[in-house]
Amino acid sequence: MSENIFEVKNLQKWFPVRRSMTDVLKNRLSYVKAVDGVTFNIRRGEIFGLVGESGCGKTTTGKILMKLLEPTGGQMILDGQEVTHITAERLRKYRREVQMIFQDPYASMNPRFRIRDVLEEPLLIHKVGEDHQARLQMVAKALSEVRLQPPEEFMERFPHMLSGGQRQRAATARSLILNPKFIVADEPVSMIDLSTRAEILHMMKLVQRELQLTYLYITHDLSTARYFTDTIAVMYLGRIVEMGDPDDVIDHPRHPYTMALISAVCEPVSGKVNRIKDVPIKGEVPSAQNIPQGCRFHPRCVYAKDECRNEKEPELEIVEGRHLVACRRYKEI
Amino acid sequence: MAAEKTTQNKRVLEVKNLKLHYLTSQGAVKAVDDISFCLNKGETLGIVGESGCGKTTTAVALMMMPSPPGKIVGGQILIEGKDIVPLTETQIRKQIRWEKISMVFQGAMNCLTPVYTIGKQMMETLREHREMSKEEAIARIEKYLAYVGLSKEVLKRYPHELSGGMKQRIVIAMALFLEPKIVLCDEPTTALDVVVQAQIINLLKDLKQQLDLSFIFITHDLATEAEVSDRLMVMYGGKIAEIGTNEQLYGKQGPMHPYTQRLLKATPLLHEKVEELAFIPGRPPDLLKPPAGCKFHDRCNVVMDRCKVDEPDLQEVEPDHFVACWRCRES
Repeated sequence: MSENIFEVKNLQKWFPVRRSMTDVLKNRLSYVKAVDGVTFNIRRGEIFGLVGESGCGKTTTGKILMKLLEPTGGQMILDGQEVTHITAERLRKYRREVQMIFQDPYASMNPRFRIRDVLEEPLLIHKVGEDHQARLQMVAKALSEVRLQPPEEFMERFPHMLSGGQRQRAATARSLILNPKFIVADEPVSMIDLSTRAEILHMMKLVQRELQLTYLYITHDLSTARYFTDTIAVMYLGRIVEMGDPDDVIDHPRHPYTMALISAVCEPVSGKVNRIKDVPIKGEVPSAQNIPQGCRFHPRCVYAKDECRNEKEPELEIVEGRHLVACRRYKEI
Repeated sequence: MAAEKTTQNKRVLEVKNLKLHYLTSQGAVKAVDDISFCLNKGETLGIVGESGCGKTTTAVALMMMPSPPGKIVGGQILIEGKDIVPLTETQIRKQIRWEKISMVFQGAMNCLTPVYTIGKQMMETLREHREMSKEEAIARIEKYLAYVGLSKEVLKRYPHELSGGMKQRIVIAMALFLEPKIVLCDEPTTALDVVVQAQIINLLKDLKQQLDLSFIFITHDLATEAEVSDRLMVMYGGKIAEIGTNEQLYGKQGPMHPYTQRLLKATPLLHEKVEELAFIPGRPPDLLKPPAGCKFHDRCNVVMDRCKVDEPDLQEVEPDHFVACWRCRES
């Protein structure tokens, strides 16, 4: 068994855009480069956090890893096996190995199914369990893993009879029931109230430690990412700009974009009311259809120099240990 | 009730024993139940709490537009000393709503019509309220666009051509251009990215100074509230649990009410590594059948016998700091 459960090399996803008449005549193609050369390894048993603003490609990356989208280029290796392009037969197996927890626990369950039906569905699809009785036992086991106690009682309920937190627990149980190797959690707590958010993250972490699971945690919230993850990767416009241990990335950010993100986060401490916050970033996110030349962050960067505009895009390089950054001037700033 | 030690003339808004109930076939849902507070001139009052605790309903009541079956069943809302509850809908529309008190809604970016240009939408709202020539209206719109940091270029654009942050700025400009003195912001930054969020918060602080406004800022996020609010009002189950200044709640001493304390503990700090985040088990009470006594007692970790039978009222524990909790009164 290799150390990495998932290896992603130079992954790309370009969406073709509808062309105007002049584009057609000039035979010009244009693309939205949602994911544009992403490389990372996810170690077995870790929680890998992918953070960034909306439109940075984090959800697209998650969907490619879920095999809901075909990558345009690059390579994906799951547990030593190449899975970049796979047959329909292999995909069936893949779906058991890789599971997903969705953002909205209200929309991700059939309202007419009882919780036991919701959880039994994946077992039926993948023909797991000998008979109904055996399957129900597995459902009960999954429910107790996510601490929905007593499971017998929750099995008979409909989704609307559960609170947001309980519903997200049930959704987690559904993705655990097939014993996956790898779980993609796309903003699993952003729709949940603050008071229960910590409860869900705590439960997910507990289950992860108990069952030796690996998560890809996609979020825009740096504060929960710091608490929840073992590695953080910051994405900007389809590329990873900084990656490393949460403590390194958040306490000693090296990329100007990460610095701006961190300075923008609100914190519950006194004495900030009448102060205007300094966020060192310019303008707005450019369109992924029109990615700037050179370093893709340069138009918004307050430290940008001519070399950032004209020279080749910087690759991720090692700052120290596992801390990587893609900025040619990180030593100076 | 909550009589505060600020002089009468500094208050722009005063709410006394306000009750807004949703009268359903199964009984009254007491979404806002007998709350009293005030808003001083030039201050930002934050309202926080979990979903379903009555934050938005309070704002809707202040705008005098409860959606059926909601109804204001009691209390007073005094704007500049005048009670607006007995006024008719026509009077409110002419004199109060958007003229004296305006609101930036939750998910405000979706408030714009996709089929009209920004200019047309803004013009329509403005000329509906004010008799102005087209030139005057354009001048005023441009003035307010400048306040929110947008160029007049956007007037020709359609909403889909603008980013979320720009749309939010437009909605803020529209809430301001009739020159109200009180602005309600209901989760104005929740749907935005962190960087844009910080920019909008900076904008609101700047506008407050420039235009001498008073804000009511509603959110579920205690971290955002710490950056914008001079005073904070914590709601739970349709009631006020605690009111205090920013310094009292976020400073060294910290909040007094167990609910506020635990809500604050559940808010993750970016620069502090914790092994385990705290949370509040259980869920907010069903307001159709609220529990007896203190509404928080079944989730409270320092509950006493008295909490289960008697409901505590809001009492001043130190200047400007009000708490509704039996436990706090003991110590």
